[in-house]
Amino acid sequence: MASSSIFGLCGALLIGMGLYGFITHPHLLRRLLAFNVIGSGIFLLFGATAARLPSAATDPVPQALIITGIVVALAATALGVGLVLAYARVTGRTTLPEDGAPTDPGKPPR
Amino acid sequence: MSVSLAIVALVTAPLVAALIAVILPRWGPWLSLLVVAGNAAALVVLIPAIVSQGALTLPIGGWQAPLGITLRADGMALAFLTMAALVMAAVLVSARPEFGGGGEVTETRRQWAFWPLALLLWSALNVVFLSRDLFNLYVALELLTVSAVALVAIDGKADGLGAALRYLMFALLGSLAYLLGAALLYAQHGTLDIALLADQAIGGRAAVDMMAVGLMTAGLAAKTALFPFHAWLQPAHSGAPAPASAMLSALVPKASFAILIRIWFEALPGLATPPLLVTLGAMGAIAIVYGSVLALRQTRLKLMIAYSTVAQIGYLFLIFPLAGGDSYMQPWAAGAWTGVMFHALSHGLAKASMFLCAGLWIVAAGSDRIEAMRGLASATPMIASAFALAAVTLVGLPPSGGFTAKYLMLTSAFVSGQYVWAAVLLIGGLLSAAYLYRPLAVAFARDGDAVFKPVPRLAQAMPLMLALAAILLGLASQGPFALMQIGRPSSAEAGLQ
Repeated sequence: MASSSIFGLCGALLIGMGLYGFITHPHLLRRLLAFNVIGSGIFLLFGATAARLPSAATDPVPQALIITGIVVALAATALGVGLVLAYARVTGRTTLPEDGAPTDPGKPPR
Repeated sequence: MSVSLAIVALVTAPLVAALIAVILPRWGPWLSLLVVAGNAAALVVLIPAIVSQGALTLPIGGWQAPLGITLRADGMALAFLTMAALVMAAVLVSARPEFGGGGEVTETRRQWAFWPLALLLWSALNVVFLSRDLFNLYVALELLTVSAVALVAIDGKADGLGAALRYLMFALLGSLAYLLGAALLYAQHGTLDIALLADQAIGGRAAVDMMAVGLMTAGLAAKTALFPFHAWLQPAHSGAPAPASAMLSALVPKASFAILIRIWFEALPGLATPPLLVTLGAMGAIAIVYGSVLALRQTRLKLMIAYSTVAQIGYLFLIFPLAGGDSYMQPWAAGAWTGVMFHALSHGLAKASMFLCAGLWIVAAGSDRIEAMRGLASATPMIASAFALAAVTLVGLPPSGGFTAKYLMLTSAFVSGQYVWAAVLLIGGLLSAAYLYRPLAVAFARDGDAVFKPVPRLAQAMPLMLALAAILLGLASQGPFALMQIGRPSSAEAGLQ
């Protein structure tokens, strides 16, 4: 199997795992981590497409796009972590109310 | 030369001002006014230029499309840019009392954060309307989302933070879906430039393209808050401070919608199939009915307006069945396309006006319950007339921009024989009349024993200006109509097939 195919399949696997984590875990920090796992999967897949023509040289454009994408994902994650921290500090909760997870015992709901 | 400068200024002026406002917090309000003036000047240069020369293209830094990023000022872009400029001008002026800091008052975090965030949002919006590169659009969309989420959380209270987090979760998944779609498109075509994609993909309906566009559409629909993905909208839009709500509700959904139009009508117009178009239209139709019914049941003004946004976003998605699918007859598909554009513009103006009205009324009445607004019309006549005019536009009564929009959409629905969508349009109009009647009836009631806080005149004038602009869009619809035809995609004439 060509190495680009292996990278592509790994990317797809990461996307699937991340999506599973995003949906099943109501904990907000875990969701942010899952978002990053999905993102890494997409970047890996994107990188693998750079070598899609075995004859030609590797296409450098996806690398540039991936780096930009990583910066964007980093910014979004930073904002997300900041919001989760502020939310946990104000409410004492780490999940959103309607997501069905038990709230921390002993803390009043909001 | 001055034309390229104008295009560049539209993107960079708010961005630079936002960065300066981070460093020099007290300058925020003044910088914003400067950007409003600069943006207006750029539009004054650009609009006559594209009316006389047609759509203008600017390859950034002289790098041509496959490698570089192209900005293109066509009629649709300029119509949206102008709407955004009007809304932002009103929002930035009316935000001064709340976020301007009184000079002697110690500065709070929200006063510091508001101006850079609003300016960043504006910059991202302008890029979304101008850019022709799908990855550049992704970055702009992310900048837009991040600043919008931060604006929702700006008060740092539990409700706002929860709403912002819910919004962020939807938006993150949406942007990942979009990014994956973009990666697949790049793998298939080796370019993400809209014009080059359109050249490559003529007639083809490759499975990869279908999957990519499906992912991008789902992601963008989540960001636009189309019906099944709308759960984040009402807490976010009703929980934010009024000037922020106005931007969030009037402008932010239009950005992701504009990208959807670029993809479906310009980049890959050959992909649409009748079942797909009907599905998108059906989601829009459900959004119209569901949002309107829930808006009817709200007792809080801002929540009602937020649910009204859910409904009004539904109309945007009627563009898919009306300008495509069965309506192959050319003039009517074009009418539907233009009608939906008119709807997007008039909704932007009217909804921003309405949220600004709501913000002032809540300050005046000290509560956001609709019942608390009893008799407010005599105390704040300008706000009441602004709210009434905005309601006229949202219901779609003549002579407003909303009427022009509904008229064009209805005509194309009838002529193409798609009576279902016509019925949806009419029911939606009736329902919106019903839910907008209630706050107006309460405000105009004549039992004036309640005492209200006074509202500054300038703040009252801003929503009125927006509502009048929305009416003017209908009264003088010739100008915008002609503008939107410039550089319009040919598939908007022929219909998606």
